[in-house]
Amino acid sequence: MDLRLLVQLGIIGFTFFMLINASALLVYAERKVMGFMQQRYGPYRVGPHGLLQPLADILKLLMKEELTPKGADRWLFTLAPILAVTAAFAAFATVPWGAETTLFSLLDEPVKLGAADVNVGVLVVFAITSMGVYGIVLAGWSSNSKYSLLGGLRSSAQMISYELSYATALSAVILLAGSLSLRETVDAQAGYWLGVIPRWYVFVQPVGFLIYMIAAIAETNRAPFDFPEAEQELVAGYNTEYSSVRFALFPQAEYINMTTAAAVATDLYLGGWHGPFLPPAYGWVWFLLKVGAILFAYIWVRWTVPRYRYDQLMQFGWKWLFPASVINLIVTAALVLYFNA
Amino acid sequence: MPETLVFYLLSAIAIGASALVIGQRNPMYSVLLLIASFGALAGLYIQLDAPFVAVAQIIIYAGAIMVLFLFVVMLLNAPQEDAAEWDRTHPLRRPAIARFGSLLALLLVVELAWALLSASGIDRPVGEQAGAAAVGSVRALGRVLFTDYVFAFEATSVLILVAMVGAVVLARREGEAP
Repeated sequence: MDLRLLVQLGIIGFTFFMLINASALLVYAERKVMGFMQQRYGPYRVGPHGLLQPLADILKLLMKEELTPKGADRWLFTLAPILAVTAAFAAFATVPWGAETTLFSLLDEPVKLGAADVNVGVLVVFAITSMGVYGIVLAGWSSNSKYSLLGGLRSSAQMISYELSYATALSAVILLAGSLSLRETVDAQAGYWLGVIPRWYVFVQPVGFLIYMIAAIAETNRAPFDFPEAEQELVAGYNTEYSSVRFALFPQAEYINMTTAAAVATDLYLGGWHGPFLPPAYGWVWFLLKVGAILFAYIWVRWTVPRYRYDQLMQFGWKWLFPASVINLIVTAALVLYFNA
Repeated sequence: MPETLVFYLLSAIAIGASALVIGQRNPMYSVLLLIASFGALAGLYIQLDAPFVAVAQIIIYAGAIMVLFLFVVMLLNAPQEDAAEWDRTHPLRRPAIARFGSLLALLLVVELAWALLSASGIDRPVGEQAGAAAVGSVRALGRVLFTDYVFAFEATSVLILVAMVGAVVLARREGEAP
């Protein structure tokens, strides 16, 4: 086996490992940030500053008894969490997270940091993200419980509605970059305007970025759009009947989806691994910082904004967000045509 | 050689899943098997060097249309499909409408066989055929769609719009404010 293949396999393994870590870290970060926002400490007993809390949580979930409701569809009940978490991991496959590097001149030829480099990368991410809804819908249906079914139904309606705005916001960036490859989109954002302002698309597409973030929050079923699991109305929503590891896979899928949405936002709008002060070889530090900032904003929003009402969500999605994204796309297309011609 | 193996594997999944879609009593399983079949088809498109078509297949069919199917199946809440009365009788004694259906199915099989036999270049690898590279490129696809085939493209969008308006009209109850 040649070295190149080994290195590529290593990068894929590393990406996978870091995604698992991201979900564990986000559980901790979420509880800590929530604690601070509510003027309390959050977890602090397990390990220094409660840092081992995610490990304790995972261990607890592994030890629990795994229950299957009597009326449940056994096959789909088991398949649903697997589908959810597989789609979450697979969506990250084409997201690049660093510039080409020789790993500190260890290799002769530079390798690309990222699990896979596909020339239609943006679309692959979008396609696989849209498959994630099946996990939730099937979990809701196969549980054979009213609360679960309602949660699953709401989720599919919500995801169909917000996918449109999400895709339309993405299209505007594709128009600007003139490429469907995430790596080329990132590299198109290198350099500065007037020597100070980074050439990030967020400065050209502020409306698009806002639409993308709102749609991404809805796509990942996070508050204030967390209707599939609105606990006051639906107990816990689609995962009401789940326990143990099968339950644990759903929050994990949610956190990994959040990470993917943040990573794609970083690549498309925030210039990916390009940033001042650091040499290109350390671009991944910028990438991590930007993803972390977006994820913090995610948690911040969750503990600040109360949940919408369901009809308000649909109204907002179809009557405000979607028209706004279409207008954004048309204006962007006209301007690109004007400046390129 | 591995490519041939992958081709046969994907084809087997596509055909097997499609056959099972019809055989299922539970509509939920039918929907899922159809998604598996679409996924295998997308894999075949990748083998044909058309990643854009593959991804479009996943986004549109597996991601959007099948979610709607699933939605409808869940809303109708039809867990089991009961076999019709005539399904258990001898094929020749079934009502006329069922016989007409089997006639149509037979016609489709003949048509497919005819199309396969008369298609040219089916025994050659796709890479050698002209225009195979053009299908893969999004730019080329977009240009062709909005120039040579613009009438078909616009006609299709009008057709979809008509279907959409029709659905809205049908779904609105009598006397309700629009």
